[in-house]
Amino acid sequence: MKLDIRYFAWLRERVGTAAEQVETEAATVADLIAELRARDEGYAYAFSDTGAIRAAVDHELVEFDAALSGAREVAFFPPMTGG
Amino acid sequence: MPAPVRVQQAPFDMGAELNAFAATVPGAGAVVSFSGITRDLADGTLEVMEIEHYPGMTEAALSAIRDEAIARFGLTDAMILHRYGPLKAADPIMMVATAARHRADAFAGAEFLMDYLKSRAPFWKKEVTAKGAAWVAARDEDEDALARWSRGG
Repeated sequence: MKLDIRYFAWLRERVGTAAEQVETEAATVADLIAELRARDEGYAYAFSDTGAIRAAVDHELVEFDAALSGAREVAFFPPMTGG
Repeated sequence: MPAPVRVQQAPFDMGAELNAFAATVPGAGAVVSFSGITRDLADGTLEVMEIEHYPGMTEAALSAIRDEAIARFGLTDAMILHRYGPLKAADPIMMVATAARHRADAFAGAEFLMDYLKSRAPFWKKEVTAKGAAWVAARDEDEDALARWSRGG
């Protein structure tokens, strides 16, 4: 399946792009992270501390065990600091 | 229909916003508001605070938080406005306002809105000084503040 991936804040800076499209068979968010990490050193560094990363699937905050079937957009970002 | 949530780069006038909100809440007896302003660094060296957000998810998250507050505290209405982009020290960043028949619900609703949007709305702050830029880290206290609203807790 094709997935749009978006990155925000320092995750975007470390990955070096704000958005990309990937072809993946990852079943869960955790699987997708494992695939991205395996790409190169930049991605491995960006995703090295998963405790400091949050994920959203189609604009909903999710845990890393969330399924990706039917998903269109996955976003990764650090804990939010609004207000 | 509840007041729409607004995510904008443009400055806003907190007094005018509050007056406009208070004029649209028939039956309410209390209005509470909170405004966040850009905090300078302790040594006064903040040049810019850059606020990034996630268009699409931001509006959805703020609407969900507003609707939850209205339902939970029986609010007449609630409004949320949040800016993004480059801001200077003392610039207003965001505001929330709640209206209810009595003040306890209006106060509680405003605190609930703030606790949730601090840690659940997709905004990120970056502090820029002459020496460089640093992302503001999330605070454990902000996450802890959510715990008091958990159902049954």
